[in-house]
This record gives sequence, structure tokens and C-alpha cells, in this order.
Amino acid sequence: MSKSMFTSLPLRLELRGAPSQRMTYLSPVIAIVLTLLLGALLFMALGKDPVAGLKVFLVDPFSSKRAISELLLKSIPLILCALGLAVCFRASIWNIGAEGQFTVGAMCAGAMLVWIDVPDHAIPGGLGLILMIIAGVLGGAFWAGITAFLRDKFNANEILVSLMLTYVAQLLLMYVVNGPLKDPNGMNFPQSKVFSSEFMLPMLISGTRLHIGFAVTIIAAIVMAVFMMRSFRGFSLMVGGMAPHAARYAGFSSRNALWVSLLISGGFAGLAGAFEIAGPIGQLLPSVSPGYGFAAIIVAFIGRLHPVGAVFGGLIMSLLYLGGELAQSRLGLPSAITGVFQGMLLFLLLACDTLIDYRLRWKQKG
Amino acid sequence: MTAPSARLHIAHIRKAYPGVLANDDINLSVAPGEIHAVLGENGAGKSTLMKIIFGTVKPDAGEIYWNGELVHIANPHVARKLGIAMVFQHFSLFDTLTVAENIALGLEADTDMQDLIARIRQTGEKYGLELEPNRHVHTLSVGERQRVEIVRALLTNPQLLILDEPTSVLTPQAVEKLFVTLRKLAEEGCSILYISHKLDEIRALCHSATVMRGGRVTGNCDPRNETSAGLSRMMIGEELVRLRRERNPESQRNERKLHVNRLCLPKAHLFATELKDIECEVRAGEIVGIAGVSGNGQQELLAALSGEDQRAAPNMVMLAGAAVGHLAPNPRRAKGLGLVPEERLGRGAVPTLSLSANMLLSHQKVPYVKHGMIDFAYTRKIAASIIERFKVKASGPDALAKSLSGGNLQKFIVGREMERKPSVFIVAQPTWGVDVGAAAQIHAEILALKQEGCAVLVISEELDELFALCDRLHVIAKGQLSPSIPIEQATREQVGLWMSGLWNEEAPNTGASEAAHV
Repeated sequence: MSKSMFTSLPLRLELRGAPSQRMTYLSPVIAIVLTLLLGALLFMALGKDPVAGLKVFLVDPFSSKRAISELLLKSIPLILCALGLAVCFRASIWNIGAEGQFTVGAMCAGAMLVWIDVPDHAIPGGLGLILMIIAGVLGGAFWAGITAFLRDKFNANEILVSLMLTYVAQLLLMYVVNGPLKDPNGMNFPQSKVFSSEFMLPMLISGTRLHIGFAVTIIAAIVMAVFMMRSFRGFSLMVGGMAPHAARYAGFSSRNALWVSLLISGGFAGLAGAFEIAGPIGQLLPSVSPGYGFAAIIVAFIGRLHPVGAVFGGLIMSLLYLGGELAQSRLGLPSAITGVFQGMLLFLLLACDTLIDYRLRWKQKG
Repeated sequence: MTAPSARLHIAHIRKAYPGVLANDDINLSVAPGEIHAVLGENGAGKSTLMKIIFGTVKPDAGEIYWNGELVHIANPHVARKLGIAMVFQHFSLFDTLTVAENIALGLEADTDMQDLIARIRQTGEKYGLELEPNRHVHTLSVGERQRVEIVRALLTNPQLLILDEPTSVLTPQAVEKLFVTLRKLAEEGCSILYISHKLDEIRALCHSATVMRGGRVTGNCDPRNETSAGLSRMMIGEELVRLRRERNPESQRNERKLHVNRLCLPKAHLFATELKDIECEVRAGEIVGIAGVSGNGQQELLAALSGEDQRAAPNMVMLAGAAVGHLAPNPRRAKGLGLVPEERLGRGAVPTLSLSANMLLSHQKVPYVKHGMIDFAYTRKIAASIIERFKVKASGPDALAKSLSGGNLQKFIVGREMERKPSVFIVAQPTWGVDVGAAAQIHAEILALKQEGCAVLVISEELDELFALCDRLHVIAKGQLSPSIPIEQATREQVGLWMSGLWNEEAPNTGASEAAHV
């Protein structure tokens, strides 16, 4: 049945002899350009001026120091989540649950701050921040660890488990902000207290909201680049993903790869969650993430699963988020525009990647 | 130039790939009822030529005449319509389906199953290819699976049958049976293109031969009038170095380096082979062979030896006196094990990594890895030295493993494992699909290793290879290992019988007829 469906198309995919190395890196660029072109068409269909629309997406986020700092700020959680996901995906561990790991990281970091940020507290700000970050990283790693455990013990599918745990995490967050972590003076809003300024991340550039988490993110990207491209541990994870039999022959344990990559990935997502609540948000809210963990999947692939690529991918995704917000206020478009652009980018990237390995051929008769 | 009587005539076929001229001005004619051999080393252009005839590759230039008419074979569908059928070296059968279901998959969707089953039986009887159409493929031996492939090809009533290395997985008895079938087909007028590198088989079976080297035809001959040496000279352009096996009667008193001690392992999955009571030892300076048709427990034994399967009791595998049955691959390497697996691409090497990076699969310590960091410069240097020493045809240490031909990758992997200076060297199918020149080189290296005092275990389906290399020979069948016999006392007939698991029979004659069915 399905075969006849495919054969009825006038086109077919034909394997290329030698996929181009250059195209592997050009493919994301082409996908981004096509996304913008389709975006312009979308603006036209919605009755907006496409040039003005693209300006909102491409130019306005660079219009001032503040705008640029916002762009960098928004890229932090995207890059951090993508750094971890790149490790997982290279090891062929399909962790789709960075969003949940992010949420649990934010929740644990928030709980730590609620616990230490009391009047006449004994813990100084710097130490408090470190404890907060540790709680966030451990929280995220723990949440990813559940996926690793279920896959390891029961051979459960990590895609489904990690995805479903995302919803569990969101309900858990909902519970704690309505219960144990709710601000007693918050007029019954489902949110924690606003943390004192000494437990907030210091600013990188004064007069902006860009905090030192950005510097940490860049350092993390460099460390991960060394880990994945130069260290033997990173090499063994990669071999496990590319050729499982070769990994077994070499003696690289697949269990080890499962745990290490998921814990790294969860840890980075948890760190991103901690940075959000102690950075731009400043308290624990039910809506800590506008889908950063999911968007980071696209970021990781745009960045070719390379840590340095993740930085560029994160900046581009951040641009789409900001452009989407500006499109709401300046063009009066619905908030779904961000999701539409993300979706277009993902599909176009997948299409471009397919054409690295295959070429399109018109079918001949007979 | 056109021979009007030819079933298939190809003229001036040319096919270039980036950097290689795979086929250069190839001419070839096959008459009706003729069994025509295509002979050549790996990379000589045989498979490209067959793909052109079968329509999966488009030639850059040249013509194909079918029964005297110029034809354009755009795809395999066209080839089948003309009456060309091909049996590939690697079977494409689904284990969980029956014989008839597998064959039905390649036919039109509205094929009547009962009618098909009758046709399978009929064809089988006619050509001595008995098959039970309702049996599941996973219960079939390798020889029977090949029969399924051949019957599948014959059901299309081909005028030309192409067979690619058909005997590489068969016992000597099964090969004889296949030849009877092929001769019968030829008598009925079917033309056969027979691709092989086994010179004695070609001399026994084929009426004519086209010899290829480096993309060109280097000779046409009647193989029945040629010697094996003459054919191989045409094929590789030089006389093969004869292996000289140094007999070393002292080796039986050398230190026992590898001892497989009553190894029993239950099946790891449904289609695996259970290992029963495997007993075998290899001493320093000795080469021991394990013959057998693939699928009789070789893979399982190899996994238990390499450490990929760690379910064995510690003392079931002894390496240099230490019990290692429960250890992972790396601790076994530390005890001096070097191992070349059967699958080169995907197990012995990561296809999408460079040769240099593939060094790290089995070299994971200083000086390749220091403080957890890879020394890429050093790794590249050693990879380059292996490429040079083993004459690996590759663009350099940065060439991707998948860009190498099977023989060249094998040379690299053998070189990589020898670079470890192993005291125990285990190699599976060392020259499977490897051209004659490379095979001779690999054999010479294995013999040199033995001279240095290494204990070598060779698992192979090629009897020629085992007879040329080994001091003692075991046979594996249905997960059991025969006792060993010194190579001087072994005969091909006896080993062939043992390959059917009949070493316990007091009178081998009683088992002969049964063996022929395997």
C-alpha cells in the first residue's frame, strides 16, 4: 500500500555517491534563508508588508545595546540545553525531554533559594548562588536520570519516557508553586516569593539584564567542544552512536554512554533552569520556560551537534523568539508566530539535510 | 565485433567514478547455454560491470546487445523483463517469513500463493533444489537460503543468470550440488555469468572466462585448458608468492596462550547458536584453524573470545593463564589479545570515521590517549605507518573507513591489531572478499606473527586458506567444536563431512548422504 503511494509521486530520492562535506555546514544556512523567505510570504498572506515584517525579525533585535543584550540573554537557556542535547544525539540517545529537565532544574534551584533566602539569613549571597546552581544541575540530572534508569533496567524507549516526564515535571512545578513554595504574601498567586537581589546572578553589562550566565555558557561551550572533539570519553560516546557494534568491539559500554550522556544533558538543562529563575525571572513561576527545551532540539541540529555550532544556533533561535515577540507588539500578529517560524526552520532543515545524502530525480516512464 | 549468435554482447563499456576508471572499454560475449566466468581481484571492476548489465548503474559509454538487439537497460525491472536474473552474494531474505512468502515479496502483488508454492516445488524438483516452501527462513542452513535465492531467480525463467561469488558460504559437498544444478540449467540453454575468485571452481565449471584487472579486460580464455597459476597470473599480473609454512614440531611443548575450556553459552537471542562444550587451545608459535559454514556458532564464539559477550564463567576462557571469560574487551587486550572481527565495516571500523580515528577502537592507552585526551598527531602518524607498511590503498590516514574497498580496509584492521604486538591473535574470515594479492599479503603477515611466537586462531570458511595457514584444524558445526587434527592428516573430504557435524560417526560413509543435504 505505502509503496504504491510513494511510487505515484513523480519524484524519487536517489542516493548520492559522495555527500558533500561543505553542504553539511551550508544546509543550516540555506534552511535559515528559506525560513525567512517563507516568512516573508507568510507576512504577505497575512496582509502585512513583508519588508517591514522581516525588519522586525532581522533588524530590530540589533537596534540598540539593550536589544542586543536581550538577544544574548534569551540565547543562554537555548545554548545550554542544546550543548547537552548535542552529546545525547551524537551518542544516539534521543533525549526529547530537555524541557522537563529544565523545569525540574528551575524548581530545585527555586526551592533552594526559597529555603536560604529568609530574613537574617546566615548564608552569604555568593555561596547561596553556588548552592542554587548545584541544586538546579542536580535536579535536571536527576530528571534525566529517571529516563536513563528506565531505559537501562526495562529497555523503555527514551524518546517516550523523556517526553512524558516533561509533562510530569510541569505538573510537579504547578503543584509546588501552589503548595510548599508558594509566596505566603503573594495574594494566593501560584508563584514563589521574589528573590532578594543578593541571590540574583550579577549583571555582565550594567544597565542591561544580561547576567554572568552568558559568560558561563560560552565557557561551557568551549569545554564541551574540547570534551566532544578531543577527549577519549567524548570519542567513545560518539562511536556508540555511530556504530554500536564497533563500540562493543572496542569495549565502550553502551550503559555507560546512556548514563553519561543523559546526566550531562540533564545537568545542562537544569543549569539553564537555575539561570532563568535567578536571572531574568527572579522568582519561580508556573511558566518558567516558553519551550526552551524543545526549541533547543532544533538548535542542536542547526549547530550540527557541535558545541560551537550550538552557540550560533542558539543565537538564531533567540532571534526568532524576540522577533516573534516584536511581531506581536508591532505588527499585531498572534503569539503563535514564534512557533510557526520554529516549525518552518525545523522542517526546512530536515529537508535540506535529506538533500545532502539524496538528490531528487524525476521519474522516467516505464 | 557484434556476435549475432550471442545471448549477451557488451561492447566498449566505460564507467568512470570520481578518481577511478571502474570499467574501461570492456567487451564480453556470452552464448546461449554458456557458463562464462568473470574473474578478477577486488576493485577490478567486476561488480560495476554486473551492475551495468543488471541496470543498477548507468554506463558512460558503450552498447549492450541482447540476443543481437541493441538494448537500453535503465533499471533492474527492465533487466528482469529481458530475462536477466541475478543472485547476489549477500542474501536478501526475511528470517521470520517462510520461503514462499519471501519469494512472493519480489513478485506482483496478486500472485496466487498456492500456485506459487506448486511452482517452487516444481522448479526445485527439476533442478535438484529441494525446498519446503512453508518453512521459515531462519530454520534454513546457509546453503538452503542460497537455494531460495536461486529458485527466486529461476521462477522468472531467465535467459541469463548472474551469480556473484555463490560458493563462499557453502560446504564442498553443497558446492558440488550447486554445480550440478548450474550445468543442468546451461544444458537447457540458460546462459550463466559466474563471478568468482576461486580458480579451481572456475576451471571445473566454466566454459570460458573473461579476466579483468584495474577496470580492463586482460584476457579471455577457456579455463578448462588453463592452470590455476596461469589464471591467477592473468588476474593479478604477477606470480603469487607461494606460502612456505615452517613446520615447528616443538610448538606443542610451547606455553599455552589461549585455552577455551569447556565453553558453554546459551542463546543470546532467538536466532543465535548455542555453544556447547567448546574445547580448544592455542600455544605460542602455533596457528590453529576453525573451519565451518557460517552461522554454526562462529559469531557467538568470537564474541565470547573478544569480551563482547561476558556471560561465560571466568575459567571458560583462559588468556595466558588468566581466567578472562567474564572480562570486557579492554582488560583482555591488556593481557595481549589482538582480534580482527568478521565484519570490517561497522564492527572492526566505524564507517564514517577516518582511519586515524579508527585506530582508537583498539588503542586506548598511552601514547594514543594521555590524561583522557586523544593525541591526534601521534595517532595519525601510526595510522600512516600502517597504511604504508601494509600497502593500504587509501588517500591517507584521514580517509574515511567506508571509502576503502573491503580488502584494503581489512589490511588496515589487520595492521592495526598487529601494531598491538599481540601474544594471542584471533582473526575471523581474514580474506573474505579480499583480492588474491591482498590475501597473500595478509597470510604472509599472519605467518610472520606466528614466527615471532604469537598464538594465532583463524576462524574461516575458506578451506584453502585454512589448509595453507594452519598447524591444526578444528571444525565447528551446530555450536559444537570437533577435536583438532594436525593439518598433515586432514583431507578436504573429511573436513567437509565434519562441517556437517559428523565427527562422532564411527563410519563416515553412513553420514555421507545426509551431509550432502546441508
